[in-house]
Amino acid sequence: MTKIKKEELAVAALENGTVIDHIPTQSLFKVVNLLGIKDLTSSVTIGFNLDSKKCGKKGIIKVADVFFPEKTLNRIAIVAPNAKINVIRGYEVVDKHTVTLPDDIVGIVRCGNPKCITNNEPVDTHFHVVERGDNVVLKCHYCERSFKDDEIEII
Amino acid sequence: MKNNSLVSIYDYSKEELLELLDDARHFEENPNQDLLAGKVVATLFFEPSTRTRLSFETAINRLGGRVIGFSDAATSSSSKGETLHDTIMMVSNYADLIIMRHYLEGAARYASEFSPVPIVNAGDGANQHPSQTMLDLYSIYKTQGTLDNLTITMVGDLKYGRTVHSLLMAMYYFKPRFNFVACKELQMPVEYKIFCDKHGIEYHEYTDFSEEVINETDILYMTRVQRERFTDLMEYERVKNLYTLRNSMLAGSKDNLRILHPLPRVNEIAYDVDSNPKAYYFKQAQNGLYARQAIICKVLGIKVNR
Repeated sequence: MTKIKKEELAVAALENGTVIDHIPTQSLFKVVNLLGIKDLTSSVTIGFNLDSKKCGKKGIIKVADVFFPEKTLNRIAIVAPNAKINVIRGYEVVDKHTVTLPDDIVGIVRCGNPKCITNNEPVDTHFHVVERGDNVVLKCHYCERSFKDDEIEII
Repeated sequence: MKNNSLVSIYDYSKEELLELLDDARHFEENPNQDLLAGKVVATLFFEPSTRTRLSFETAINRLGGRVIGFSDAATSSSSKGETLHDTIMMVSNYADLIIMRHYLEGAARYASEFSPVPIVNAGDGANQHPSQTMLDLYSIYKTQGTLDNLTITMVGDLKYGRTVHSLLMAMYYFKPRFNFVACKELQMPVEYKIFCDKHGIEYHEYTDFSEEVINETDILYMTRVQRERFTDLMEYERVKNLYTLRNSMLAGSKDNLRILHPLPRVNEIAYDVDSNPKAYYFKQAQNGLYARQAIICKVLGIKVNR
């Protein structure tokens, strides 16, 4: 059995489910929204402002009995690029990986251009990832404007 | 829905651009052809643009098609709150092709995704205007006999001028060399300079509009410096006449030099230039007709007989 860290012990251990760890504190509630946590019926533990050796303070989400599709998990990459996914079965971590920013981001980011069609008609936003890494740049599929990560606003 | 829509000039490959230029040349030789017989084309101008609309409608008429549409959103249902989506779906019941101009950026891309008939973008806000780029390419091709290895000098508003941005990117297939002449406030945006660097395109920046630059130029692309672009009106008053082309400045220019301008001009080209044979801007507008005939046939999948 994988050794359970102290901060994880601060909240209940999971028998089966998904732990999303290393979420930047300021992104925690965005991640909660992006994963549609509020519509779940199983038990969810949300840790906020926990101490982290890696990034000072962090957020963590433990969802019992839910195994998210990879596509859903990757939605959070835009706000939590270093988030760690732990898949738990029978109290054991059976899979551990980081999220991956997809090439296309649909319906997550708001376009910063007020004259963009997506801010004026009921249409899902759509961005292409043109730069990855520390300085993410997204380009709007519709108005073709580019936005740096500090300009990116989540819907 | 995937169809043959033309939203951005970058939707076309080099081969497609060259094919369109060839078709445009063909239409210039013989502009009246019944290729659109029995077809109805809608021109939806959610924002007025008389010049572009007349050019498209002339192209349709000379191809034997019929035109429906509106020239101002105030006279359409969008003034009653109808969405663009619903307007396009309604009009696609009537027309074989929709040519649209919209004040919102991305409007044509969005329409092309659900429209059952092809869309031609006739300008979406400050974003794309591919038929303008096509007529610029055709004008360059026609006056220089080639698109390859030309020195193109762009003057005026290089920051907001969408025609210069589109032309710059469309020319990248043809190994151009650029001179960017503009005041500090209206210089070519960094992203386009990065684009040039990435593709090994040589460019030089100037704040002085000098004869030295003109004399090494093949295509002089003038644009309008617009008052509303300036945050500092003192700066506008200072620069508004610095980027005006006068006939005397052309004395030492190359024989093959041609002066282009997307029009309308205000004072950036003095009237004494008009009589110079190197002035090409009115002819350039006429080339728009042939370029648009070529575009319409391409999006409808109509083979142009040569």
